[in-house]
Amino acid sequence: MDPRRSQKIAFAVLLLATLLVVLPVVVILAIIVAKGASAISWDFLFSMPREGMSAGGILPAILGTLYLVLGAVIFAVPLGVMAAIYLVEYSSDNRMSRLVKLAIVNLAGVPSVVYGLFGLGIFVTFFGFGASILSGSLTLGIMILPVIITSSREALESVPKHFRTVSLSLGASRWQTIRHSVLPHALPGILTGMILGLGRAAGETAPILFTVAAFYLPRLPQSVFDQSMALPYHLYVISTQVPGIAENVRYGTALVLLTLVLLLNLAAIVLRSRFRRKKKW
Amino acid sequence: MVNPQHKFSVRNFNVHYDHFSALRNLNLEINANEIFTVIGPANSGKTTFLNSLNRLIDLVPASRCSGEILLDGIDIRAGMEVETLRRKVGIVFALPLPLPISIFENVVFGLRMQGVRDLRRLNQAVERSLRESYLWDEVKDRLSTPAMNLSGGQQQRLCTARILAGQPDVLLFDEPTSGLDPISTARIEETLLILKKKYTVVLVTNNVAQAARVGERTAFFLMGEMIEVSETGKMFTTPADTRTGDYITGKFG
Repeated sequence: MDPRRSQKIAFAVLLLATLLVVLPVVVILAIIVAKGASAISWDFLFSMPREGMSAGGILPAILGTLYLVLGAVIFAVPLGVMAAIYLVEYSSDNRMSRLVKLAIVNLAGVPSVVYGLFGLGIFVTFFGFGASILSGSLTLGIMILPVIITSSREALESVPKHFRTVSLSLGASRWQTIRHSVLPHALPGILTGMILGLGRAAGETAPILFTVAAFYLPRLPQSVFDQSMALPYHLYVISTQVPGIAENVRYGTALVLLTLVLLLNLAAIVLRSRFRRKKKW
Repeated sequence: MVNPQHKFSVRNFNVHYDHFSALRNLNLEINANEIFTVIGPANSGKTTFLNSLNRLIDLVPASRCSGEILLDGIDIRAGMEVETLRRKVGIVFALPLPLPISIFENVVFGLRMQGVRDLRRLNQAVERSLRESYLWDEVKDRLSTPAMNLSGGQQQRLCTARILAGQPDVLLFDEPTSGLDPISTARIEETLLILKKKYTVVLVTNNVAQAARVGERTAFFLMGEMIEVSETGKMFTTPADTRTGDYITGKFG
């Protein structure tokens, strides 16, 4: 075939593939906004559900998701960052550290419903936390741990080696070097990973299904040992379990969840680009 | 046994990287307040030798050292903490490597790591060490600006000031002018000649002429072995080994 024509065809196919990737995102967003925007109001965002969840607001679900995400981050970020520091700065490249890295990669591939079952077995039953915000947060925390560790490792590894050499050559200890010459420069990257993990924790349903999520609660949770409603599960409930919920309420709930996750991702992108601009080496 | 004139005594010292022998059976003395220069072609072990003196060699996971190095008669491995050694024996690398912080913070980095908080002491250290490295007049009005904004030559003098702030005994220079223009190079060389009155200077250089200009004693390294060490003037006029003569006159290397 004429090389110019084959080139044109190749370009056309590649362009089509790219557009096909964008298409679902645009369509999903358009449908959700079109069908759900009419439900969004002050009352919808900041009041309790009424009349069997067919009216009123989704405040308990929004708050529940915020609590769960916050809990997951409080648990997973310190643990994940410390593990990443150990892996990058201290461990030498031996069989043990390779095994740990392999385990982390695999942890990222575990289906989220398996995390849910794990959380049920460990936190709800074995530790006796019951179905509670604590159990749900810990389960979500374990789920986002690989994201946090991987992005923290990448952030630490992207700090130029000579920062460490210079710091050590000036008589700083290894820990001082990590604390003052490496971590400050890796922080934006670590934060980016944290926000990505946050977005993932906010959107997942399966891990909270058995560990925390309540079908309907007449009052807001009072402590970390209370059950809570959460946006993804609430969406599932009003879409499939309760008949007669107005369409715009369902799509409105989806819109709120989507907006929350998009805002978190946007924050990650802004942070990352600011970091790149500030980079001077 | 210990001669007070000897700052460093290197005895039967060897370095291996895995199975590659980088330095073999090195024996030499470096006197206090001299400029000791090390010359030799690439891969002759010059930088390995320099990094052995402040144990930066330890950062290479595959490296193994044997033999001993004494600083003022004390074994630098068995006799002192590595942090103490590195404060006493500062190094300026081939490339100017300021940290991505302000000029001021670069200079006081070592002091801060020692726990010095007193601002007056830090200020004094900054002025003293920047004057000693002949950078003060150029940067005194912009100490809080990023060190990365300085020119290459200025950065290299900043790196010198950075080690001077910790009041070291010995200054190691690893081809400090290899990335600089002739004028910046001349300034660094002038600085070295003044610094040696107060400090012991060990200068590794690719530039044979530089060794001849500033060195008092010179060692010639070749493929991990020290071929000879002598007064710089003597080495450049009547080298004991023909290989030294060949290298100096540019027949190889």
